[in-house]
Amino acid sequence: MAGLDWDAVEMARRVQSGEVSALELVDASLERIAAVDSNIGAFLYVDDVGARQSARRLDSELTRDQKKSLPLAGVPVAIKDNLVTRQMPTTAASKMLQGFMSPYDATVVERLLAAGAIPVGKVNLDEFAMGSSTEHSAYQVTRNPWDISRVPGGSSGGSAAAVAAGMVPLALGSDTGGSIRTPASYCGVFGMKPTYGRVSRYGLIAFASSLDQVGPFSRTVRDAALLLHVISGRDPHDATSVDVSSTAPTVVVADPTQMRIGLPEEYFGDGIDPNVRTQVDAALETLKGLGATLVPISLPHTRYAIATYYLIANAEASSNLSRYDGVRYGFRETAPDLIQMYSRTRSQGFGDEVQRRILLGTHALSAGYYDAYYLKAQKVRTLIRRDFDQAFESVDLIVTPTVPDLPFKFGERALDPLQMYLTDIFTVTTNLAGLPGLSQPIGLADGLPVGLQWIAPALEEERILGMASALEAVLPVPSWPMQGGLSR
Amino acid sequence: MLLSKEEVLHVANLARLSVEPSELEEMAGTLSRVLEYIDLLNELDTESVSPTSQVVEQHTVWRSDVIQDSLSAELATQNGPQVVSAMFVVPKILDGGGQ
Repeated sequence: MAGLDWDAVEMARRVQSGEVSALELVDASLERIAAVDSNIGAFLYVDDVGARQSARRLDSELTRDQKKSLPLAGVPVAIKDNLVTRQMPTTAASKMLQGFMSPYDATVVERLLAAGAIPVGKVNLDEFAMGSSTEHSAYQVTRNPWDISRVPGGSSGGSAAAVAAGMVPLALGSDTGGSIRTPASYCGVFGMKPTYGRVSRYGLIAFASSLDQVGPFSRTVRDAALLLHVISGRDPHDATSVDVSSTAPTVVVADPTQMRIGLPEEYFGDGIDPNVRTQVDAALETLKGLGATLVPISLPHTRYAIATYYLIANAEASSNLSRYDGVRYGFRETAPDLIQMYSRTRSQGFGDEVQRRILLGTHALSAGYYDAYYLKAQKVRTLIRRDFDQAFESVDLIVTPTVPDLPFKFGERALDPLQMYLTDIFTVTTNLAGLPGLSQPIGLADGLPVGLQWIAPALEEERILGMASALEAVLPVPSWPMQGGLSR
Repeated sequence: MLLSKEEVLHVANLARLSVEPSELEEMAGTLSRVLEYIDLLNELDTESVSPTSQVVEQHTVWRSDVIQDSLSAELATQNGPQVVSAMFVVPKILDGGGQ
């Protein structure tokens, strides 16, 4: 289908020059969704009418000069369904928000629209972004385009699968403990969690406010850079958004010979799937071949990260999710009095995993346990941050596997929450420290994608993108997933 | 178990969740296993470590006190399950309704 081989940069360039219309691109995207998404299940909502209307408007009402000022002119994008949108329903994949229509657009959505992008739909996630497999959606399963018997990762599984299966070149996701990078790794696409504060959280349905960030999914480094540029920058509606200018729209390829890259021993120990290890080692050899200096380092508090993360994230979640009380949002279970209405509504409206996390978070904040759990976790968070501060005194970037293993099969980890939590062992640390992280696809093992994670000091996204671009240039061009009627 | 069934009920009440009696045992077991894992943190002496509550080195963010456009009452209440004249309707809380 015309155009879907191009990345977003190429699509926008052709729309700007008049070689292709926005409508042709949007039609191609919608046709691809119609052809393959019954097998994948990425989309919770497809706005074909609205998307075609926006495309026609862009084609007919804008002059060539106006189109040239739009960095994403006519580019179809998918939006994770925990980002609120005025034109499409927003559910956070929860029964609690079934039918919810936001009266406003998230800031990142406003910025997408202002850049000429065309949202084609909302994509699946673990309910309220709580999970690592997208199995916890109240609505549907999303399958990994590389092997439809396996999970796409999560929580932004819909975003990753939509991009990997070529339905859209770009998608937005959110990352609280790895929810962009884990599915990016499992689906073989790029996924970046920006520095905390780089991107506005206004209109992102809150999970853990001190950890959440919105970020891009793409199939090329330059697309990730462009989408990050469009959505980043200070927003008066989010007081935690940092007062620095947006990132650059294009990638400046880094000089690997000037780069010292740290390899934390804690991320290369036992417990890594040998297939993942082989691919990561090969990528490290490639980096060395490019002239980069690889330096062994230590991040000694890594083994405490998951425990710290689950206390902080769930404590914040228990507070953030208290707003779903059956009064102001869609779902309500009737009861004779107010208190029973609250608890029935919440028990019926939230899925099991969300309720587990609310209970754990409430316990960690409750009288008598606050110091032992929540305060303790905040202190260990300080130690984890210090690990990174110290490491970045001697290296420019850190590289790790994104996930210790290959995508797992449905149901494999659903019965044991703790095992599911450990999927995020290499990604939660950057959320706790507020640092930017990118998962880069580096190849296949047994036909399944493997990702390499880049971590940089705060606000050094461009350093990551520069080095990822240098590596992308020498890695073989990735093939496309062929399962589930996806061959093209 | 680190969390008894009674404690689960107490926490569920705080969180305004109702846990079915048939699920209580399993919930206590699952949460206890997670808490046992979290016990790992007690290996660390954090007596002299200050907590991190947020990572952005920022102080109070100011803005000028200017009236800006905001949502109308109708728009702001449009998603309520029961709304009358842009007001949320809730079950009665007085006269025995709110215990």
